Amino acid sequence: MLRRYFERFSWVDFILRLFQIFIIIAMLVGLINTISAGRYTSAQWATLVFAGLAQGSIYALIALGYTLVYGILRLINFAHGEIYMFGALTTVFLANAQARSGFLDEHPWLSILSWFLLAGTVSTVVAVLLERIAYRPLRGAPRLVPLITAIGASFALQYTARGLYGAEFRRYPEVAALSGSVSILGFDVPVVQVVVIVAAVILMIGLNGFVERTKIGTSMRAVSEDKEVARLMGINVDKVIVTTFAIGGLLAGAAGVFNGLFRPAGVFFFMGFFPGLKAFTAAVLGGIGSVPGAAIGGLLLGIIESVFPNLILEGLGIPSANQLRDAFAFTMLVLILIFRPQGIFGEKLAEKKA
Amino acid sequence: MIQNQLTEPTSRIMLKFGLIGSIVAVYVSAIGMVEVFSERALIGDSFSLGYVILAAGPLGAGIFTARVLRDRLSRRKAAGASIGAGAASSSLLLVLLAVIVLGVIRPEQAGAEVTLRVMFVNLTPGLAELLTFGLGNALGALILILFCTLIGAAGGGAVLIRDPLRSGLVVGVMLTLLIGVFSETVTQVLQQISGRVIINIVFVQKSLRPIPAILVFALGFSLAYFRVPRRTRTRFRQLPDNRQQRTKRGLFIAGLVLLLMLPWLTGLFLSQALFLIGLYILMGLGLNIVVGYAGLLDLGYVAFFAFGAYAMGILTTTTELGITNLTFWTALPICVAAGVLWGLLLGFPVLRLRGDYLAIVTLGFGEIVRILATSDWLAPIEGGPQGILKIPNPVIFGFTLNTPQTMYYLVLLGAVAAGFVTLRLRDARLGRQWMSMREDEDVSEAMGINLVSTKLLAFAIGAGFSALAGAILAARQSTIFPHSFNLIISINILAGIIVGGLGSIPGVIVGMLILVGLPELLREFTEYRFLMYGILLIVVMLVKPEGFLPEATRKRELHSDEPGMTPADAAPMEPAGAGGQD
Repeated sequence: MLRRYFERFSWVDFILRLFQIFIIIAMLVGLINTISAGRYTSAQWATLVFAGLAQGSIYALIALGYTLVYGILRLINFAHGEIYMFGALTTVFLANAQARSGFLDEHPWLSILSWFLLAGTVSTVVAVLLERIAYRPLRGAPRLVPLITAIGASFALQYTARGLYGAEFRRYPEVAALSGSVSILGFDVPVVQVVVIVAAVILMIGLNGFVERTKIGTSMRAVSEDKEVARLMGINVDKVIVTTFAIGGLLAGAAGVFNGLFRPAGVFFFMGFFPGLKAFTAAVLGGIGSVPGAAIGGLLLGIIESVFPNLILEGLGIPSANQLRDAFAFTMLVLILIFRPQGIFGEKLAEKKA
Repeated sequence: MIQNQLTEPTSRIMLKFGLIGSIVAVYVSAIGMVEVFSERALIGDSFSLGYVILAAGPLGAGIFTARVLRDRLSRRKAAGASIGAGAASSSLLLVLLAVIVLGVIRPEQAGAEVTLRVMFVNLTPGLAELLTFGLGNALGALILILFCTLIGAAGGGAVLIRDPLRSGLVVGVMLTLLIGVFSETVTQVLQQISGRVIINIVFVQKSLRPIPAILVFALGFSLAYFRVPRRTRTRFRQLPDNRQQRTKRGLFIAGLVLLLMLPWLTGLFLSQALFLIGLYILMGLGLNIVVGYAGLLDLGYVAFFAFGAYAMGILTTTTELGITNLTFWTALPICVAAGVLWGLLLGFPVLRLRGDYLAIVTLGFGEIVRILATSDWLAPIEGGPQGILKIPNPVIFGFTLNTPQTMYYLVLLGAVAAGFVTLRLRDARLGRQWMSMREDEDVSEAMGINLVSTKLLAFAIGAGFSALAGAILAARQSTIFPHSFNLIISINILAGIIVGGLGSIPGVIVGMLILVGLPELLREFTEYRFLMYGILLIVVMLVKPEGFLPEATRKRELHSDEPGMTPADAAPMEPAGAGGQD
């Protein structure tokens, strides 16, 4: 046993293992310090967790678009954050018009539904156009090439939105029906967070059913398994890919509306970039290519981002931990990719030929 | 794309391209490009860039229709179709005009309470006036249709007219437009060479005067019409070998002298652009080793740039953040060494990762470094959001390098050194190992290549180049701020080396000239810089996925599945005029 271990010994693995142990000890120390210091009450923790869940469900919806596209094309669709932005930014005008005319106060649920329809449509159209113009002609090119077009498309979409709608920040209106809070497990939770979480979860379950049960969902899985064989089996690959982009766009549009409900301040042309990066992180966290993985990854990333800086960094005596929130999210990403590259649910991609 | 169109009926092709052209024209109008650029005159004071942008859609419609139909129909019929496509491309513009008139200028007539401008900020009355050429709606709409038709005809003509005349006209028009667009650059060079006299003869503000414009057109026309470049080349080939050698050497020396004279020929402002291009070439050469040779996709390359800059800052600054009183020259090797060390440190954990996962982890590293640099936590060491101030300029023999012109030489030196190192490494054992690893890691390992050291060396050397660039930047600017080290820089460098041609040294130079140089020269169009940058990236990748000056093997790979590709096409391409790098 021991001899076999020494025969296969590699310095790289050994040092990586040491590094891993060090990280875990550091996290534990931080955790224990914070908890034993008792700096926050349980109500405060609950607030952080629910805010994290609501933010996380937005990440999850965007992440699903990444994961679906990646599963099928092995393409990091860098412009996916911009698809999300386009839906959210277009809908803000409808929302404000409805708020001005009083329609929003009279029929709050109807108007929120109309926001979803508009944002979903716009994002879907942008996603499908993007696929048609920027990605389809490059199918079969080396992987770096579509990555660069994706980056280019990201810039082009951002500045198209800026040209169309202007560069100002715009606010979603407050929805009176969603203010106030409800009590869950004895903690006060804002209604809007509950609505966002529940609606997102319903969408995710619906998507999972779509991918697992319907015919087009089956062909999506077949195409992600092997494009050529799927084509031989009579599947229209182009149609499946367009559908994938459309679904990703629809979910991103929904995420845009949730974002507007959840944090009304600030939709503008650059709003998609960082959520896009985060959502990609979430997709990787769950195991890219896996639908439940992206959903869980998103929720988890939301919680990690909202709770862990306070929980661990403050315990380690690092000041202004909230500034490091994003760094923490990316550190989690790096650590997970290094130590469990397949993510929580994913197939082991890193071992495959990239 | 063109193959499926063989069976399409002519009228459908015409309408399709007309509609696409129309969408393009509406797009550039609705995002405000037409109106903003209409204030920038190109020739005289009425011919503005705005109309050139507006014409892009109809022009494209005419060109593509003519190209598709050229082989199927007679010249005359194809020309007719492209004129039709041009006319068709006015359709959505007319719709847009109606929308502006009803939604913005007279919303009360359409029964609306608010104008459409609340949403679409660039649908202005001014745009409507531009679209109707200031002639009122009814007459203006007719003129707009006529305009689109004429431009469509011009597009068709650019394809269908017989050759010496065609290339003469195309080159003449392009040259005139280019000089008009780049007039700021041209004036600065003229200013440096000849003072204001010639500028005042040729330009009014930024616009070409009509007569010089005609002269420029005539120059371009005659160059292309009489096939001057091709004749020169043929005459050069006919020279005896030793004369050819001598001419080549002469050209090389002339190129070198030009490279050294450049900052004094172009003036202060353009020297800053040259400095930046040089800096990016230096970094691009480093990333080219990591991505182009070793095949490790690194999206966090800016981190090493930041390490270099911060190392220079901390080592040399005169504020209380400084820990030593080193000069630029003594600190420089330490900065490079720090970069190399960080390359090793960050390279180590990712040794086991491949492909996209590697890309994402490195992207994460880059972001972590930037966020940490911005945070208050590390502020006592590196200044946090306030950055590091008062970094001394380099001093050489008592002479301070503090202008863009002098710093250009420093960066040129760095880039040439990096190019030399890259060139030598590429042909050395290590370079071969990198390329073998890029093609197949498992096979390389089986062949006895030590993947650990090979990968780490790629990361370390790439990081060293980047740190060198960072150190030079810190000394040039005298101040560094964390927010200047964001993801856009990594993306820019990566895009530059891919646009230029991955793995090729002249490619790095060309790529950076395009992606860093062009935006710097077109600074006056700052509002639409990133839009054009994004569209440029997409178009270049669609049209030339292998980049402008690709490495021979990569070019062959990318075109291996195309029919009609002969071995001669795939032969190594000799970069023309690659300056001092070869």
